[in-house]
Amino acid sequence: MFSLPYVAQQVVNGLTLGSIYALVAIGLTIVYGILRLINFAHGDLLMVGAYLALALLLNTALPLGAAVLLPMIIVGGVGVLVERLAYRPLRGAPEVAMLITSLAVSSVIQNGTIMTLSAQPRAFRLPQDLIAQNRVGVVSFSTLDAVSVAMAVGLMALLTLFVTRTRVGIAMRACAENLRAARLMGININQVIAYAFAIGSALAAAAGFMWAGRFGSIEPFMGFLPGLKAFVAAVIGGIGSIPGAMLGGYLLGFSEIFFVGFLPPELSGYRDAFVFTLLLLVLLVRPRGLLSTGAEREG
Amino acid sequence: MNKNALFYLALLTGLLFLAQSLLNDYYQRVLAVVFINIILTVSLNLTNGFAGDFSLGHAAFMSIGAYLSAILTLPPASKATLMPQLPTWLGQLELPFVVATILGGLLAASVAAVVGVPVLRLRGHYLAVATLGLMVIVRVVAINWTTITRGAKGINGLPAFTNLWWVFGWAVVTVYVIWRLVNSPYGRAMMAIREDATAAAARGVNVTAHRMLAFCVGAFFAGIAGALWGHLITAITPHSFSFLITFNVVVMLVVGGMGSISGSIVGATVMTLVPEFLRRVETSLSLGGHPLYGLSQIIIAVTITLVMIFRRRGLLGGREVQLPSLFDRRRAAPRARIETTG
Repeated sequence: MFSLPYVAQQVVNGLTLGSIYALVAIGLTIVYGILRLINFAHGDLLMVGAYLALALLLNTALPLGAAVLLPMIIVGGVGVLVERLAYRPLRGAPEVAMLITSLAVSSVIQNGTIMTLSAQPRAFRLPQDLIAQNRVGVVSFSTLDAVSVAMAVGLMALLTLFVTRTRVGIAMRACAENLRAARLMGININQVIAYAFAIGSALAAAAGFMWAGRFGSIEPFMGFLPGLKAFVAAVIGGIGSIPGAMLGGYLLGFSEIFFVGFLPPELSGYRDAFVFTLLLLVLLVRPRGLLSTGAEREG
Repeated sequence: MNKNALFYLALLTGLLFLAQSLLNDYYQRVLAVVFINIILTVSLNLTNGFAGDFSLGHAAFMSIGAYLSAILTLPPASKATLMPQLPTWLGQLELPFVVATILGGLLAASVAAVVGVPVLRLRGHYLAVATLGLMVIVRVVAINWTTITRGAKGINGLPAFTNLWWVFGWAVVTVYVIWRLVNSPYGRAMMAIREDATAAAARGVNVTAHRMLAFCVGAFFAGIAGALWGHLITAITPHSFSFLITFNVVVMLVVGGMGSISGSIVGATVMTLVPEFLRRVETSLSLGGHPLYGLSQIIIAVTITLVMIFRRRGLLGGREVQLPSLFDRRRAAPRARIETTG
């Protein structure tokens, strides 16, 4: 059972799942870093991205790249809109007020989808050449897996360039470190926050495409679990830190796959429970995560 | 208990008699749900409003209470067909409803005590997500522990023990216990912790013990509410106690105002009746032949967002409504003003 090809296969699976978690976790972590807000609606933006991608694949003859890119742009806009309507009026409110509002936003997005598109799950079919299995040496993976990992790594590289090389990106890191000081230095924090939401939501939409492609069907509540798990990933890596979110995403992806792959099959039903037990352990042993920014306030 | 409280209790009992004889089954059921939601909201208020720990684990504790009480009240004959793999002693056990309910609450409280050890070391957001994680864990266990829970199929055919008197009685007990607790030294310590945990600790308050007390008492009544709910609907599945329930209870709590028991009662009543009314409208409403399912949830969510933006402390803003005192004119307290607009 634990032959080399099997282990290699699990590593490939962990890499794919980890890429998805990492992309979602980045969006959560940059918003949390600036606003101290756990955006529970983040997972639902992933769901919106998946629905948009399906709509484009079914109804248009657009190339596949556009079916990934367009939802990213649209969902990025939705993220900015949500921030403007629901979160900006709460600037300076207690953390709990924003937390509750994000729960409400999540409910609005889910029920809006049910209202317009029904709660029925839909098949998420991809073109045949994307699902085709490739064999390299001992491991096999679908083209989608390879594309997902490549896309995730590419997006993360772009993001790293953005936050280290551009004015807005540097301002974003300043805001995450100390919002008040950043504002005193003349940074337009509303603009920075809008960028954070746009980027995070666009990444969630990309992850939505990968998630839907991986599981083959989509429904209005599909965003809840990946959103929650991505938060776990962000906490493991050290919330507020972008490299931490990437590391946490891959660590979580690998541990989840290994949990299912290397432990007795009777236990595989408990994988979601395992993820949250892991969260509790991490919070107990290293509450600030592996790559803590050190900027985490008490409270 | 003073004369005043007894008078209002008698008044409510009379009204309940009236409701039972006048209302049809549907309205009696809605009224029962109102009382269950009062239990849930008032108990969540202890943890979230008075002790200041924002827990999202209420659905998990409900689930525990519902499952245990269901297994304890099912007649052995139906257990033999539904859950043949149950241990013999459990399979032959059939307890009275009230005992099963209390045991359900106690199990929920014990789980809270065990989980509380790691979870209550956290605060704020982390606590919220960890308790939400608890909900996922409970659901996963309910799905996979098939010998006890029948897995995803759930348990159906529960005896329909829950009636207006049970839910009313438990709601009175909940309000009374939490009222007494909040107005005791324990409650004052909890509020001190909510305002400033460090200062409270410096004053000699055992912070962990008081947070644990609030968490476990809250979980106990959530377990009770779960048991009542299970025996009202007569069927439970792992997905009965979803995130949606937690969210709705949080909405009731927040609309009424955290830190106000009468606020929780008002919030639970309003936020049960309004969506129920909307749901009936929703099923008859359509837009160009397209049904509008989910509209009531959207209205609830928008309401809560507006409350957060314009009236952050809820309808009662942490104050209590004082019912007019009828017997002791001298000590009659002025009634709290209820404001409905920001």
